[in-house]
Amino acid sequence: MPVTFTLNGKSTTVDVPPDMPLLWVLRDVLNLSGAKYGCGTGQCGACTVHLRGRAVRSCQTPIKNVAGAAVVTIEGLSPDGSHPLQRAWEELDVPECGYCQSGQIMAAAALLAARPNPTDADIDTAMNANLCRCGTYIRIRQGIHHAVRSVSGTKSSPSEAK
Amino acid sequence: MSATFTLDRRSFLRVTALAGGGFMLATYLEPLDLFAQGGQRPAPLDPNAFVSIDANGIATIVARNPEIGQGVKVMLPMLIAEELDVEWKNVRIEQADLDPAKYGPQSAGGSFATPTAWEPMRRIGAAARHMLIAAAAQAWGVPASEITTTPGRLVHRATGRSAGYGDFASAAAAIAPPDMAALTLKEPKDFRIIGQRIPGVDNRKIVTGQPLFGSDVKLPGMLYAVYQRSPVIGGKAMTANLDVIRKLPGIRHAFIVPESHGGGSMSGVAIAGDSWWYAESARKQLQVAWDSGPAVNDSSAAFSKRAVDLSKEAPHATTRSDGDADAALAAAAKTVEAAYEYPFLAHAPMEPPNATAVFKDGRLEMWAGTQQPGGVVSVIAKALDIPAENITIHLPRMGGSFGRRLYNDYVVETAVIAKTVGAPVQLRWSREDEMRQEVFRPAGYHFLKGGVDADGKLVAWRNHFMTFTLAGTAPATGQGQQGPRYANSATMRANEFPAAFVPNFATHVSTMPLGVTTGAHRAPGACAISFVIQSFLDELAHAAGRDPLQFRLDLLSVTPIPGQGANAPGFDPARMTGVVKLVADKAGWGKRTLPKGTGMGIAFHFSHQGYFAEVAEVTVDANKRIKVNKVWVAGDIGRQIINPLNAESQVHSAVIDGMSQMMLEVTVDGGRITQSNFDDYPVMRMRQAPPEIEVHFLTSDNNPTGLGEPPLPPIIPAVANALFAATGVRIRSLPLSRHGFSWR
Repeated sequence: MPVTFTLNGKSTTVDVPPDMPLLWVLRDVLNLSGAKYGCGTGQCGACTVHLRGRAVRSCQTPIKNVAGAAVVTIEGLSPDGSHPLQRAWEELDVPECGYCQSGQIMAAAALLAARPNPTDADIDTAMNANLCRCGTYIRIRQGIHHAVRSVSGTKSSPSEAK
Repeated sequence: MSATFTLDRRSFLRVTALAGGGFMLATYLEPLDLFAQGGQRPAPLDPNAFVSIDANGIATIVARNPEIGQGVKVMLPMLIAEELDVEWKNVRIEQADLDPAKYGPQSAGGSFATPTAWEPMRRIGAAARHMLIAAAAQAWGVPASEITTTPGRLVHRATGRSAGYGDFASAAAAIAPPDMAALTLKEPKDFRIIGQRIPGVDNRKIVTGQPLFGSDVKLPGMLYAVYQRSPVIGGKAMTANLDVIRKLPGIRHAFIVPESHGGGSMSGVAIAGDSWWYAESARKQLQVAWDSGPAVNDSSAAFSKRAVDLSKEAPHATTRSDGDADAALAAAAKTVEAAYEYPFLAHAPMEPPNATAVFKDGRLEMWAGTQQPGGVVSVIAKALDIPAENITIHLPRMGGSFGRRLYNDYVVETAVIAKTVGAPVQLRWSREDEMRQEVFRPAGYHFLKGGVDADGKLVAWRNHFMTFTLAGTAPATGQGQQGPRYANSATMRANEFPAAFVPNFATHVSTMPLGVTTGAHRAPGACAISFVIQSFLDELAHAAGRDPLQFRLDLLSVTPIPGQGANAPGFDPARMTGVVKLVADKAGWGKRTLPKGTGMGIAFHFSHQGYFAEVAEVTVDANKRIKVNKVWVAGDIGRQIINPLNAESQVHSAVIDGMSQMMLEVTVDGGRITQSNFDDYPVMRMRQAPPEIEVHFLTSDNNPTGLGEPPLPPIIPAVANALFAATGVRIRSLPLSRHGFSWR
């Protein structure tokens, strides 16, 4: 069944079974590798993408549910990888293995869209569903604060890179 | 190990099992030292294999080891770039394919990379610089000794000549490499790259989602495969409804692999299709008749019961005996008796095991995220009946590993599937495969008795350790390297601390047969034993009425019993005392008044040549919900932190990994694994992680050693001891959930 949706700003049509999860359409059919498989049950967040502007688990999203909708993946978060979160992640060296980080960034981007200046508690709530087996949580939190400050023009405090 | 540097899988595992958390002194020494001790000299490495410089002076440096998140893809090139004398911004890093003849040993594990590469990689860089100087000397007609370098440039001051490295790069590549051992390396004060905070080389790809990991590999016409193994670990597939499976949408192949092909690979049923989702969906309709293997009798509950029974019997073996532990316990002013237990664990890397392969015209090309690529080639050559030289292995970045990918079972299985389907194929394990077909951290059971004298001094220690032998082999009779085959990673060093620091000391071992597969888990051995030893020491300190910090410092100040190999080769109690004092000072140990329900715990552990002491401050609420408010870490891994930016991150990671383990368990029931995914194996999440981990490194005049593992072991007993301080509840078995605790 052909399904048409907007992927990273471009109209895209795929002809796959209607219950095929968006994750596997992205990875195996459309050759976008940014969204990752981690659990297949919506518990780890490695496959997080934006659907209609909200962070969703692409492994739990049948392709039929995205017909006519806008999907944004890590590949389309910014035209040149310059989203403040992407830059913060690079500067603070947030990734260790890096496998979960595209999902972390997509979850954080949805948080910042809703709350441009989140507290630590806001961050914990929004990011708690995204697992990082390497345990980079402290730098993920720092990275979000760093991105906020880079947008607002405030200089980041030196303690941030601790 | 002392006779070779080639760390093949077999010898690596042997060392891991033998040495527990540590590794033998021989592998810790620099290769040149090892040669001096009579070891086999490796073929000299060619600088041209590691360094190439283009006409613009951009240096491409090869990173030889597999990257699992430990930062080695940056660290090794930093060592080369330092001595090459180039600006870091002009360095490009290229991941090596597997080619040990060209690059030397290529592995990830045992925190080996730093101690084994610290000198050789710097010598590679120095040799490349030497060759550039020689090329300039020839061209300029001046003595090489008069040429110096500034980063990226060759300079002859007397004649005022200078040139970029790019001008002489091709001439230098044709010059014979110098005698590596004769090169003079930089003084640490002159380091310009080592010691800098350098971010990961793959960060840009990671944050923009570009293909990078093994499971991102995509080849034209590639099929995607799943592989169903026996739910009872080690069973064999006899028959399956393959005709049904082959007719399902998107499925191209379905077949039984009746036997193991070595390397830990197992019998199973392969299904390959046009998308991984097709293959995974088809698997849901797969029906297989299995012939259960030796694990069918395994049960976690039965092991725990059997361990208690064995503790009441004469031990199967005594692995160490100093003084007279029984007599000293009888005469002690106070004694404590305790049974400790820790469970099986899964590694659960975020990226489940996977590999990609093409088999064509008798040749195999693979992309395999593995910590031990060197060990798999001969296994695959035999399995596919092709010469080893017909096998090419690329080493993509891995989405974590923690020891799982030391074992190449999934790599061998991928090769076998590729030969059968005759098309490019990617085998991807599901999370459920990963959880249930693990090489589990083995459970262990310790029955301890300790005694202190009237002065509060530790005078007696006895541990009866219950562990596992491989099912079908004889029970333990001795140290474990001869006779019975212990299950992988299920041994404890006979000289594990506090051996040699207690005058009356005995370690006994009894064993049970085990069918499920086990193996190394980040800080193997140490990640389990540290909990037991440092918790029991805490119990003894309290029994003696002593401060847990002072009790430990007193113990470390005991003159060790000589000639008994105190706590692994190279253990220096003075270095441990240094980090214990430092962490206590930074945490304000004994100097802060804590509210009710809040407590601090301290612990230390020596593993992988690293000295770590840690303090945790925890608060427990009325519902037994735990918040770890802060962790302080002090470590001594030698005179140089090569990349502090990554070093701090590795410590955060080890602390959170260790804490995570405290709430996790894998249980076996009739050879089947009960857990299957992150709902019943709840890896630590952001809200549960400590908001702050303060990291301090104590530099000492020792060669740098590794960091991926040694910060992990102490955090487990530090948190357990803090729980006791906060609540009065002594944690003698894990996970904490068994005692009604949860993370807040």
